[in-house]
Amino acid sequence: MFDYTYLPSPNLIPSLVEMMLKIMFIFTMNMGVFAPVLGWVERKQSALMQDRIGANRADIFGFTLFGLLHIASDALKLLVKEDFIPRGADKPLHYLAPFIAVVPALVAFAVIPFGGKYMLWGHEANLVIADLNVGMLYIFAVASLATYGAVIGGWASNNSWSLLGGLRVGAQMLSYEVAMGLTLVGIFMVYGSLQLTTIGMAQENFFRWGIFLQPLGFILFIACALAENKRTPFDIPEAESELIAGYFTEYSGLKFAMFWMAEFLEMVTIAAVLVALFFGGWHIPFITHQGLIDAMGHLFGPNFGAIAAMLIHAAVFWIKVVAWIVILMLIRWSLPRFRFDQVMRLGWKIVLPLALMNIVLTGLIILAVR
Amino acid sequence: MQLLIFYGFGFLALFSGIAMIMSRQPVTSALLMILNMFCLAGLYAQLGAHLIAALQVMVYAGAIMVLVLFVIMFLNLREKAGIVSKHGVMTQAVGIAVLGFVITAMVSKLDMAKLPAAKAPAADFGSVVAIGRVLFTDYLLPFEITSVLLLAAIVGAVVLAKRKV
Repeated sequence: MFDYTYLPSPNLIPSLVEMMLKIMFIFTMNMGVFAPVLGWVERKQSALMQDRIGANRADIFGFTLFGLLHIASDALKLLVKEDFIPRGADKPLHYLAPFIAVVPALVAFAVIPFGGKYMLWGHEANLVIADLNVGMLYIFAVASLATYGAVIGGWASNNSWSLLGGLRVGAQMLSYEVAMGLTLVGIFMVYGSLQLTTIGMAQENFFRWGIFLQPLGFILFIACALAENKRTPFDIPEAESELIAGYFTEYSGLKFAMFWMAEFLEMVTIAAVLVALFFGGWHIPFITHQGLIDAMGHLFGPNFGAIAAMLIHAAVFWIKVVAWIVILMLIRWSLPRFRFDQVMRLGWKIVLPLALMNIVLTGLIILAVR
Repeated sequence: MQLLIFYGFGFLALFSGIAMIMSRQPVTSALLMILNMFCLAGLYAQLGAHLIAALQVMVYAGAIMVLVLFVIMFLNLREKAGIVSKHGVMTQAVGIAVLGFVITAMVSKLDMAKLPAAKAPAADFGSVVAIGRVLFTDYLLPFEITSVLLLAAIVGAVVLAKRKV
């Protein structure tokens, strides 16, 4: 009965070390860097755009460090705040909902490559946690689970505003999930794979980046991704002027922070998917993957050269991701909120037909080119 | 290791399935069903059928159950005493007895020795390419007929929705 392929192989130790390092890296990037810093970025950016000074009150002996100390003070405040559960709320579900929201946002990153493959001392390192064949489908699957956090949170709070927010989340996610899947079919057709590492390698040539091959798919995907992220202009589930705060009205302290963190982590994931699918992943324009490794190999020798190339590629990937996060945040402060019927109409009557059209067009072009 | 994961998912799936039927609260039932479907997806993934696993989570646990939850929330179904079955102890006992009989009959017919030896699946088993190829060659007709059926269902839904306006 025992499957012997799981017994230790000579490659096990380097593979385990590689896996641990990659998971630790992604976890630190998400929880340690992005989750706290993005809150500061958002406050500073909105202040800049609205001609305010912005977060600058928290200080140590008069030093405010551009408001960066607000990260610490916010975290401290959220930690010590009373954790309130309203009367009549479904306690276990109320407790569970923030966790259901955060976990999918964290694990979605597993299939996104933040670098290519490198030979280090005879061991091939692949800079992706799980190089799944189903690739993008895994992200869709995880993203569809992320809905439950908000929906259950809205239900369990025993509050009409929360319930309405939860209902809106359900309807909005359901509508845009379908469209989001279809917008990316064009990309899968062009590159002939769902695997994100394969798609990444196929974008080595600057003019074969997804944005040039699938411009319509790119625009539609951004619209769907924003809707899935529940941020302005698609933030009707938490519309302050109508629903107080929507599905997390009754949440406080750390549980509130978890909903908030889930939203930021989803944004990081969206930016990473955008980079991996449409903006050449870890590639530097006009420099091939092997080319950089060889060039670094000349400078530092084969092994340290590969490490240098690896670090450069990873850095390029994260720079692109940060650039996209900034753009995604810009959208929030630029556009007003849609009405609920407008969101639904945009999803079903504009994005979905256009996505279908994009698939047909892509198919015709591929046929013609062949 | 593999066996452990299998038992973990298997027991969780059984537990959530039974708990789903036993639960008095519609929302809890729906959530347990999601858990059940998620466990099934885990079992599929363990068999190497990654595409089926991803689709199981995406379509069933993701899309369809969101719809179920949406309807439950929309109608605001809270815990009600009337939901629990009113059948007597006798009826329940008979039901359990019949189920037990069926299961023992099935198990006794199973002759482990007669089962063919397990074959190692092909290297690309369960991958998107392998399933896609089979779907568009060997099973093209059923595939197309299913899509026509789904189209008919969509048209039907639109007609039903339009009537009310």
